Amino acid sequence: MTAYVPIVKSRSAAADRAFNLVTAGAAWLVLILLGATAASMAWGGRLAFEKFGLGFITSMNWDAVGGDFGALVPIYGTIVTSIIALVIAVPVSLGIALFLTDIAPRWIRGPIGIAVELLAAIPSIIYGMWGLFVFAPFMALHIDPWLSDTLGTLPVIGAVFTGPPIGIGMLTAGIVLGIMVIPFIAAVARDVFNAVPPPLKESAVALGSTRWEVLSRVTLPYARSAIIGAVFLGLGRALGETMAVTFVLGNAHDLSISLLMPSNSIAAAIANEFTEADSELYRSALIALAFLLFVVTFIVLSAAKLLLMRINRAHGRTH
Amino acid sequence: MRAVLVRRRIVDAIAFLFAIAATLFGLFWLFWILWTTLANGFGALNLALFTEMTPPPGSSGGLLNAFYGSIVMIGLAVFIGAPLGVAAGTYLAEHGRYSRLASIVSFLNDVLLSAPSIVIGLFVYELVVRTSGHFSGYAGALALAMILLPIIVRTSDEALRLVPDQMREAAFALGIPRWRVTAQILYKAAMTAILTGVLLGVARIAGETAPLLFTALNNQFWSSSLSAPLANVPVVIFQYAMSPYDEWHALAWAGALVLTLFVLGLNLVVRLLARRASK
Repeated sequence: MTAYVPIVKSRSAAADRAFNLVTAGAAWLVLILLGATAASMAWGGRLAFEKFGLGFITSMNWDAVGGDFGALVPIYGTIVTSIIALVIAVPVSLGIALFLTDIAPRWIRGPIGIAVELLAAIPSIIYGMWGLFVFAPFMALHIDPWLSDTLGTLPVIGAVFTGPPIGIGMLTAGIVLGIMVIPFIAAVARDVFNAVPPPLKESAVALGSTRWEVLSRVTLPYARSAIIGAVFLGLGRALGETMAVTFVLGNAHDLSISLLMPSNSIAAAIANEFTEADSELYRSALIALAFLLFVVTFIVLSAAKLLLMRINRAHGRTH
Repeated sequence: MRAVLVRRRIVDAIAFLFAIAATLFGLFWLFWILWTTLANGFGALNLALFTEMTPPPGSSGGLLNAFYGSIVMIGLAVFIGAPLGVAAGTYLAEHGRYSRLASIVSFLNDVLLSAPSIVIGLFVYELVVRTSGHFSGYAGALALAMILLPIIVRTSDEALRLVPDQMREAAFALGIPRWRVTAQILYKAAMTAILTGVLLGVARIAGETAPLLFTALNNQFWSSSLSAPLANVPVVIFQYAMSPYDEWHALAWAGALVLTLFVLGLNLVVRLLARRASK
């Protein structure tokens, strides 16, 4: 680890300084843009924050005509759909990562890895269209009625699974989100699994461990923090995802315990309503929502990055 | 003893089957979504798509103005975002490699990389649309550039780090000034990888919808002015898909097909090129 400082002072020291300045300026720009985004959201949302204070987060009113706005329903919808997404995506992603690192024959790893990456490359609006035209009707026809008839009849949790079979709602949105974040978590988890030093795994195998025991007792404990980081990365994506959710969530400002009911999310509310917001306060309330979303995703993604940095450092990478 | 062994084997087999099932589950959605897009898109594909403007509700037409707007905005976004991104990446990998600023930027750049794009759209709205008083293609291009920037920063940083240190040492030993080492030797060595990053960035911003909703908005008519609302493929797809008209649905599917083929094709080409280069 040597710093590359030229020993001989070159004649073009001025050019060197200029080049240094330009690149450092571009690096500063990244910080400035991030800071300016946060500041601009806080500034744009100030009307709503001033008028409603903390009540903005706890109120479930969303009355554009009367000028009374509360963020509880979009916050609730964002959290619920993201949880559904993670419940689906985490086990599946870990399974894919395990398949790609330890189970699949070598020749098949490349193509399947690329296929998973292509899943990540599909624009979210395509997920949204597919969700609206294909998946929501499928849910309405097959899954929703079945859930209502089986889980919906149970005493306590029944309310969570009863509702009209319209296919549009938190469950559908959560599933689409889950499909979207699978490739993100799977790709990072695969790299994390690959970063586990082979001697650790080999020793376990030499002691007679099965593949499952290698995974559960060596790989996962060793990579635990990085795996959590990968999950947080997926969570950050799920929280802020807009188009895929907007299509299938239904844009309803009602708080409902049932997963089959339409709801709203922060990003979907902004996408649906911002261009139609006809008063300063309405716009401000939506920007205040964006501020909350930005702060929360910033924290989640920073945590993800910190958790992932540890294994990268152990692995000898600098970033 | 034997029972324990059998149980361990069974648990292992279950884990093994679960991993295969999980992979099939992931691929299943990829194929279902691709199949839907292909089946609906090809049905709606015709020559008018590339020669006619977006139609009024209930009649047929094409997406020419939307394709044009998307291409112009992506081009402008690359023009703004790529040089800045490569410069910042150069700072992270070369000129500020061990500096505090570089590690902070590197960290926050990754956060920006996954930040919700709708927030970036709102930021550009506040910055450009509100101050200028109208939606515009410039605002859309700026929003796309802001999404492109962290991608290019990350990929060019990584591209430059892959250049072996011996090359830097050899150049310094010849007394070449630092900036010329970077500009004439390192960029050349890392060019393929940097371009790969730019192409992947283009594939990413081509489908971005949320940041364009409040910046470029949409325009039903032909407009080549960047200071007016500009039609673009993602927002047209969004509006048409959400509409109740069958003709608009068909156009949305056709647009979705072209967009998907473009994005996936670019991804495949880039990955194949990168693999060949690394061999």
